[in-house]
Amino acid sequence: MSENSQAFLTVQDLYVHFPTADGLVKATDGLSYTLERGKTLGIVGESGSGKSVSSSTILGLHRGTNAQVSGNVWLDGVDLLSLSDREMRQKRGKEIAMIFQDPLSALHPYYTVGNQIAEAYRVHNNVSKKAARARGIEMLELVGIPQPQTRFDNYPHEFSGGMRQRAMIAMALINDPSLVIADEPTTALDVTVQAQILDLLQNLQKEFNTAIIMITHDLGVVAEMADDALVMYAGRAVEYGPVREVLTHPEMPYTWGLLSSVPEVGGDTDARMVPIPGNPPSLLNPPSGCPFHPRCVHSAKVPGDLCRTTLPELLEGPRGAGHLSRCHLPDPEAIYEAEVIPEIAPEQVEERRG
Amino acid sequence: MWAYVVRRLVVGVVLLLGVSLVTFALFFAAPADQAKAACGKTCTQAQVEITERALGYDKPVVVQWGKFVKGLVVGRSFPDDKALEKTNPELITKCDAPCLGYSKNRGTTVNELIADAAPVSISLAVVAVIIWLVLGVGLGIIAAVTKGTLIDRGLVGLTLVIYAFPTFFIGFFFLKFMAIRWKIFDIPSYVSIADGGVGAWLSGLLLPSFTLALVFLASYVRMTRAFVLESMGEDYIRTARAKGLKGRTVLFKHALRAALTPLVTMTGIDFGTLLGGAVITEQVFGYNGLGKLTVTASNFQDLPTLVGVVLVAGAFVILANIIVDIAYAFIDPRVRIG
Repeated sequence: MSENSQAFLTVQDLYVHFPTADGLVKATDGLSYTLERGKTLGIVGESGSGKSVSSSTILGLHRGTNAQVSGNVWLDGVDLLSLSDREMRQKRGKEIAMIFQDPLSALHPYYTVGNQIAEAYRVHNNVSKKAARARGIEMLELVGIPQPQTRFDNYPHEFSGGMRQRAMIAMALINDPSLVIADEPTTALDVTVQAQILDLLQNLQKEFNTAIIMITHDLGVVAEMADDALVMYAGRAVEYGPVREVLTHPEMPYTWGLLSSVPEVGGDTDARMVPIPGNPPSLLNPPSGCPFHPRCVHSAKVPGDLCRTTLPELLEGPRGAGHLSRCHLPDPEAIYEAEVIPEIAPEQVEERRG
Repeated sequence: MWAYVVRRLVVGVVLLLGVSLVTFALFFAAPADQAKAACGKTCTQAQVEITERALGYDKPVVVQWGKFVKGLVVGRSFPDDKALEKTNPELITKCDAPCLGYSKNRGTTVNELIADAAPVSISLAVVAVIIWLVLGVGLGIIAAVTKGTLIDRGLVGLTLVIYAFPTFFIGFFFLKFMAIRWKIFDIPSYVSIADGGVGAWLSGLLLPSFTLALVFLASYVRMTRAFVLESMGEDYIRTARAKGLKGRTVLFKHALRAALTPLVTMTGIDFGTLLGGAVITEQVFGYNGLGKLTVTASNFQDLPTLVGVVLVAGAFVILANIIVDIAYAFIDPRVRIG
């Protein structure tokens, strides 16, 4: 979490635009972040905030589409965006792997789970079918699938949801990638299974020292898993910093909104869940200035017309420590303490003052 | 699985019996006089009545149908006359089960007529289905991967233009120009494999089969294109690409496998229907298949032949459907038959 260009993964000024019949869709509009080996970055945002698009661009999945991409994605000193399609393909699944949201639709229904896992291994390793099978079974065992020998030959529909996601993780990790992008890996799962999958990912990360980009709209997952948190809105980062900082001292009203939308188990029953009003902005024709201003309940506290006219810079706040945010509010910390906390977590008011 | 097949076959047989009854009923609802037609133009009224009795046309439809069904199960004799059988056995035609009837017009059993005609129609259908599958699926894939380009539009447009031409036009065009004027092909005629070997059989079939295949080509190109594009948008294709698979592997192993499944259904039904005879193509090229047999039979009010052909054609369609359903269990692991 620094401006150090030597970071393992450095995304710099990434723009992903899609020309459509209606105009240019700016799915990602100038995104920068870094990630070290063995660390986890949690990318949070509503649907359509550009979190998935920016991440699949790292994997080069935009290639062959009409996406217009600019910027740099440095992985271990190599600019992924300047690689040829062939070079990118050789990194895909080997150095960078992806875990998708819905494992049922992400697995091919006509091939056995084992076949699909072994295929991922054989693309990048010149080994016999038998060796790939052995490796696949080993991976199934590693991700905690019972009787991997027989499970290897089952079809995806014969697995439970949690098992399927474990199998997807086995497939992603089979080539020991240094970067794993997990695109809402627990969204389609039961809560109890979610915890198991997250736990599994954490253990495997420790074992293999993998860097993980965790895309989610669940702040609980971020709190649990991530070292850094990046909040996205309308294709841009609006808040970025160490996860404790961002979650305990958020400086951007959108992050406050996300926090207010999370129900807390065992929380004060006087606490209110305050939804963010309105809908995510259109990426085709985003609002002027700060794209969050039409939904921001605090914009009146900003002097003049700034919110409507000027896009705030992503700047380090008064607390330092690499905590960046994009907001015109002069003293967001004070507003958060005085207005937001008493509403969403009244029991914390005393605690935080002390 | 076997219980399922047996159940489907039983249902199929019941269905076919129903089809034959409807065919009987329809035919008798028609204003023509069967006996007169069978007897010939010069018959006197007395002779017509004798014919009517001999053929059983004096009995109610249901009784006639009952005899037909009996013939299917145990066989029949024509005419069914015990006294005549004793005095003049040479005048009796035996028809073993499953007896489809006796054509007075053609002077032989329907079974024999169909046994002569079916191989022609089956050969045509087999060669045609191969041609339209290879071309249709191949061009469909090309159109899908070049989506939106001139190649895509050209292919889809061209097959539609071909589709717009009537079959008899294309058939006559091929016959007149390709075979007669330019002599690119021999004038097509049916030679059975037993008579001329596979080479002669195939070269005799090329033009009419191609004519037949062109009827189906357009829809197969469009369907293949649509199914491939649909499956290319699936999540598991993204997974396959994320693994680092080559574009070719993604297309042929992952996308096509899913895209071609619905085509199996279409092919099965189209092929089954075609086995019952290609009326226009057989007529144009003068092939004595089931299609031509049907046309001739209906021109001459030859009820037994018509019922027989309808039944055989129906059986082909029902069988094709059963085979498609069984094939599905092998293609799609999620389908369990039972």
